[in-house]
Amino acid sequence: MQGFVPTATDGNMATEFHNLQELRHSASLANKIFIQRDYSEGTTCKFQTKFPSELESRIEWTLFEDTVKTLNNYYAEAEKIGGQSYLEGCLACATAYLIFLCMETRYEKVLKKIAKYIQEQNEKIYAPRGLLITDPIERGMRVIEICIYEDRGSSGSSSGSSSVSGSTAR
Amino acid sequence: MSAVMITRKVRKWEKLPGKNTFCCDGRVMMARQKGVFYLTLFLIVGTCALFFAFECPYLAVHLSPAIPVFAVLLFLFVIAMLLRTSFSDPGVLPRALPEEAMFIEMEIEAANGNVPTGQRAPPRIRNVQINNQIVKLKYCYTCKIFRPPRASHCSICDNCVDRFDHHCPWVGNCVGKRNYRYFYLFTLSLSMLTIYIFTFDIVHMVMREFLLFLIRRDTQAYYACTLELSTLKETPGTVLEVLVCFFTLWSVVGLTGFHTYLISLNQTTNEDIKGSWSGKNRVQNPYSHKNIIKNCCEVLCGPTYPSVLDRRGLMQEDSTVSAASAAPSSSSSISNAVPQTTNVVLRLQKTTAPLIPNEHTPDDAKPSIAASAEKSPSPREEHPPAPKVPPLASPETDVEDKTH
Repeated sequence: MQGFVPTATDGNMATEFHNLQELRHSASLANKIFIQRDYSEGTTCKFQTKFPSELESRIEWTLFEDTVKTLNNYYAEAEKIGGQSYLEGCLACATAYLIFLCMETRYEKVLKKIAKYIQEQNEKIYAPRGLLITDPIERGMRVIEICIYEDRGSSGSSSGSSSVSGSTAR
Repeated sequence: MSAVMITRKVRKWEKLPGKNTFCCDGRVMMARQKGVFYLTLFLIVGTCALFFAFECPYLAVHLSPAIPVFAVLLFLFVIAMLLRTSFSDPGVLPRALPEEAMFIEMEIEAANGNVPTGQRAPPRIRNVQINNQIVKLKYCYTCKIFRPPRASHCSICDNCVDRFDHHCPWVGNCVGKRNYRYFYLFTLSLSMLTIYIFTFDIVHMVMREFLLFLIRRDTQAYYACTLELSTLKETPGTVLEVLVCFFTLWSVVGLTGFHTYLISLNQTTNEDIKGSWSGKNRVQNPYSHKNIIKNCCEVLCGPTYPSVLDRRGLMQEDSTVSAASAAPSSSSSISNAVPQTTNVVLRLQKTTAPLIPNEHTPDDAKPSIAASAEKSPSPREEHPPAPKVPPLASPETDVEDKTH
């Protein structure tokens, strides 16, 4: 069973994806943390870049901050109110919004980019460190969920989080 | 050994909590009570049908054929906006999954500290600062989330809706972030349609009477009957239309005016009713750009937000993981939407060990966690008891997990 072999140097996406699956099957979930929304600039979608303490031993804060800032930039681009959004809005209104049956909105295009980016980040950076980021759209754009996995392969005390998720609520 | 799993594809909308009804395999989403919506549809279609039957032939011939053409376009636009408002997701926020709810609970407990028994816990509120204004985010006990700013819980649909405006029985749905512009365009175009029909009804009646007057004058035959009666006999539908349009005019045009006012200030009906930004204590609307045109552009021409509900996605059943050879337990059957990135091990792990404190647990939470850890092994005797030391999942534990 494969352990956490850093695969950043391996450019083969198929191998990296295979490693991600291996991660899921070889490791067990230890904890989940949730990065909350940052409402300081209003209701636009933006996540807090505060580095959670549970990740301190797992990943460098610069990498984490980079990821969150890039995501925030993507969302800002999707929600930007400018020339293109006006054009899209007026054109759609003129066709009684029927044009959305054949055309993809700008927001949807950016969401696809975000999904690809998150998968790429998971494979290159987070999976080798035993972490997994869930796309915020699957959580109602409320939180970025980060799953922290325990390395079953290594014996003895592993660094950082060793508690299990709070399932006693069930 | 693998168990036989459900073969029918279950889509996520079938398992969504809340009191919505779904049609067309999850493509259409409405509130439960649809009676008033059918009435709206009947009134609009009925009145327009009468208009096309009685007025249009006369006006097309005597005035211009553009009149019915424009009426048809306007009618189609009204119906399109109505259906779009009624059938789309208003911006429902999905409820928190158990782990997220637990995480928030722990944060709240950490913030509140230990509340002595008998005393009511403080209200769950988070303060955020938006554009130099303190906004309170309330905790929703049904959805187990702190509501984003401008979101509110609709008791009729039993959902939290983002940028909640109001629940409109006439369209049979909530009006929120995603469908507010369609709602506004519906009221606007309906006002225009009502005024249009009303005007041309009057024009039609006047024209007929004037024509009759001219005929009578020429033939020098004066009848004692009232003018209106003859028109009534020829086009009885007109009177009905005039009645409907007259009463609709006041309400719909008024509503359109009210919403135009709200849009220019970037406020929702909910905020207006509650008086959130009424100016007392120097509270001002932090979302307004202080410019009418900018506010209108943001609300009407802003980006089209996607639905976060994923109604038509397929529910993850427990059978599909290739590496897992054992049958998963029935207790791990999914009742909430599970994203693609979770796995069988994740779900199985959820049913076992209790919360165990580690160096990251806030100090206040530790006693309560220890207490629950002592209680929990007994109801879960069929699962392996979790060790109290920081457990690294050992192969034995996992094998036992998988057999349950």
